[in-house]
Amino acid sequence: MGKRINRQSVVTLLGVLLVYAIVQGSILMDILPPFIALTLIQVCIFIILSTSLNLINGITGQFSIGHAGFMAIGAYMAAIVVVKFQGPLMLALLAGALVSALAGFLIGLPTLRLKGDYLAIATLGFGEIVRIIFLNMEYVGGASGFSVPKTITWTWAFWLMVISVIIIRNFIYSTHGRACISIRENEIAADVMGINTTKYKIMAFTIGAFFAGLAGGIYANYLYIIQPLTFSFLKSFDILVMVVLGGLGSLTGSILGAVVMTVVSAALSGWPEWRLVITAILLIVMMIFRPKGLLGTKEFSLSFLGKKGEKNASSKD
Amino acid sequence: MGNVTEQVLQQIVNGLSLGSIYALVALGYTMVYGIIKLINFAHGDVMMVGAYAGWFATTTLHLSFIPALLIAMVVSAILGVLIERIAYKPLRNATRIASLITAIGVSFFLEYGGMLVVSPQMRTYPPVFPDTIWNVGGIIIKYGDIVMILTSIILMILLHVIVKYSKIGKAMRAVSFDNEAALLMGINVNNTISATFAIGSALAAAAGVLMGVYFNTINPLMGIIPGLKAFVAAVLGGIGIIPGAMVGGFFLGLTESFVSGLGASTWRDAVAFLILILVLIIKPSGLFGKNIREKV
Repeated sequence: MGKRINRQSVVTLLGVLLVYAIVQGSILMDILPPFIALTLIQVCIFIILSTSLNLINGITGQFSIGHAGFMAIGAYMAAIVVVKFQGPLMLALLAGALVSALAGFLIGLPTLRLKGDYLAIATLGFGEIVRIIFLNMEYVGGASGFSVPKTITWTWAFWLMVISVIIIRNFIYSTHGRACISIRENEIAADVMGINTTKYKIMAFTIGAFFAGLAGGIYANYLYIIQPLTFSFLKSFDILVMVVLGGLGSLTGSILGAVVMTVVSAALSGWPEWRLVITAILLIVMMIFRPKGLLGTKEFSLSFLGKKGEKNASSKD
Repeated sequence: MGNVTEQVLQQIVNGLSLGSIYALVALGYTMVYGIIKLINFAHGDVMMVGAYAGWFATTTLHLSFIPALLIAMVVSAILGVLIERIAYKPLRNATRIASLITAIGVSFFLEYGGMLVVSPQMRTYPPVFPDTIWNVGGIIIKYGDIVMILTSIILMILLHVIVKYSKIGKAMRAVSFDNEAALLMGINVNNTISATFAIGSALAAAAGVLMGVYFNTINPLMGIIPGLKAFVAAVLGGIGIIPGAMVGGFFLGLTESFVSGLGASTWRDAVAFLILILVLIIKPSGLFGKNIREKV
């Protein structure tokens, strides 16, 4: 058993290094078109967003559609640290993520008493309120936007993404993560089994908000300018679509969803209406015929390699 | 002092006009939620389609206000039934989240599909009313204000009569009270749900036409924000409760015009959502709702 996990982690690590090396190599050799470089970094940002939303929606079974609000808090906080206080990038990203986590905690306390639809609407309202607050803040440029120097490189975006995914993965497979899954499966039963459901719901919400804030910080420090309109509920829906498409409760599914949706929308960026019409049809058809998403709650894994390895190992014995 | 009273009365007039739109849209939300427990996110976009149908009727077909209103209501009613049959019916026994996501999908489809069909540019509604303005002691009342408030009150009375006294209305109440028991009593649940969507969508279309007439311009994304706010109104009054939606709509309209009147119009939307969150936290069942204890 231990051997299989080892083998899988090694293969995954090699895969991750390979992806990084290929992209970094082509950037260094200057053969990567800027449009593709932009898309790749956006893929990293959206992977952080979708996996963190999956922690709230898929793993813990809550229903948040205000993820863009947390992203906005992280983005603006990181931008303020960089532009107004000339702070280093790492500190800015951390500040953005922490303030966003704090917001997640404060919002989570009262709203997590709500269930299902009501929670969804409350988080949607929260996201819009955050956007309107930034819209009215002259300190951060109001509606016209806030210029931020571009300091994020592929290396930053990629490794921050990898670290985020690893942390979220380890959380899901920890005691706390299992408690969150039990809330999703049956909240009342989890409560009866002695799990502090409120604590775990707020924990999931706070961690989700932390990584959404981190993604926001990366976004702000990459795209030169942030505007409140970027963080409208359409962005929240975009992230939600990725999570749902990949499978609520599947971490690899979220990654897959983020990659597919970002690449598809980049490919269709010349026809924005078609992009959204196709997304909409995809969403409806998906919900009718496969409401669990592409992977459901399963994880895409390289276990077939592992099994082969085990077989080889046993045949040697 | 007199000036302040004038200001207040003026904002009440504006608020009632705006509120009647919210109330009409909120009625559809509340009826649909009452009967199948679904937040029909696409409801605001059904309103948009209604507004376009009305625009088409007044510009291309050169119809006057009332025929245009009726055409828009019929078109939207058909659209509402189609949406229910195609997108929501297969999901009636699915999880809440699945149906909510489908509703978001339908909403996107109408918005951006609408953009492809009618182009994203704004359209100007022709002036269907005379520009008459009454100045009652310093308060400006437009002809449009009167039409808007009157139309919505007439439609609400009509709805009340339908729900209270007609056979389909009784069936609607029965289905929303207990779906399975209604089925056992020989009520055609599918048709009743379709009728609910038809009525709700027709009311939304009326709101759309009124909005187009009142604000002069329409565009394919016009339904999003009023749709969300109408939802706030429905929650405020207690979702699933018809008089609650009316009161919630007018309350929200009045609040918004007072916030605008105080010179904080950019905060208008935030106030609506703040009300929503406060209501959800303090009394999630809304002003008129009863607290129902959840059974294990």
